[in-house]
Amino acid sequence: MRWVWIAVIVAATTAGEVLQAFAMRRHGEIRDFRPGALRRVLTVLARNRFIIASVAAMAVSFFAYMGLLTIAELSFAVPATAVTYVLETVLARYVLKERVNWLRWAGAALVICGVALVSL
Amino acid sequence: MTTESARLRVKTWICAAIVVFSNVFGNFFLKRGLPASLPTPFDYILVLFQPPVTLGVLLLILWLLSRMALLSWADLSYVLPVTSVGYILVALVGRVLLHEQVTAKRWTGVILIMAGVALVSGGTAPQTKAAR
Repeated sequence: MRWVWIAVIVAATTAGEVLQAFAMRRHGEIRDFRPGALRRVLTVLARNRFIIASVAAMAVSFFAYMGLLTIAELSFAVPATAVTYVLETVLARYVLKERVNWLRWAGAALVICGVALVSL
Repeated sequence: MTTESARLRVKTWICAAIVVFSNVFGNFFLKRGLPASLPTPFDYILVLFQPPVTLGVLLLILWLLSRMALLSWADLSYVLPVTSVGYILVALVGRVLLHEQVTAKRWTGVILIMAGVALVSGGTAPQTKAAR
């Protein structure tokens, strides 16, 4: 059962986070952190369809995560869901067109090995 | 140009710290508040009103918002490894506050994750595309 939860979480999180990254990069750097300015940013983002889709995907992932947490330890649940790393780094390269240099690939590879050790 | 990149790096570190801590403690309070089983879909909603779960959810909302802010200037392929320092903190929180058993294998994994984080965050700039 726990692997079913993990599959749902990984799929939903990957979709949600890539959409979020795409929408935020398109929005541009947030430079003003005063409350009024942040409120304006939130109003604009709340109408962004990529953000709406991303929040919906993350809500799915959140409830699945709650399901997983009822049956699994925290120090298992969090690393196990980090499989999203592999998918997201690949998508960052090919969908978001980020320049993923060898240092980033090496770093991601180390993280993945670490995650495998923690969760298996 | 160097002051610009220094400014971006400091801002990135502050924001990344908020992202990491809100995530770790959000997860901790969530785990602490959740019962051993949630038999019906209705229970999933009801449990949200338990104080530790509510606090956990609020922290995870802060996590979502701070992460969105961070992603407005930093690459996803940078944010992912840098914020994965949270995995170490989660293992520590599990061990110390929730009394979970963290084996030698898990700690080895945690060290590998740290090495990956150091490689990416020390070796590459947060943003690879030209600033708009």
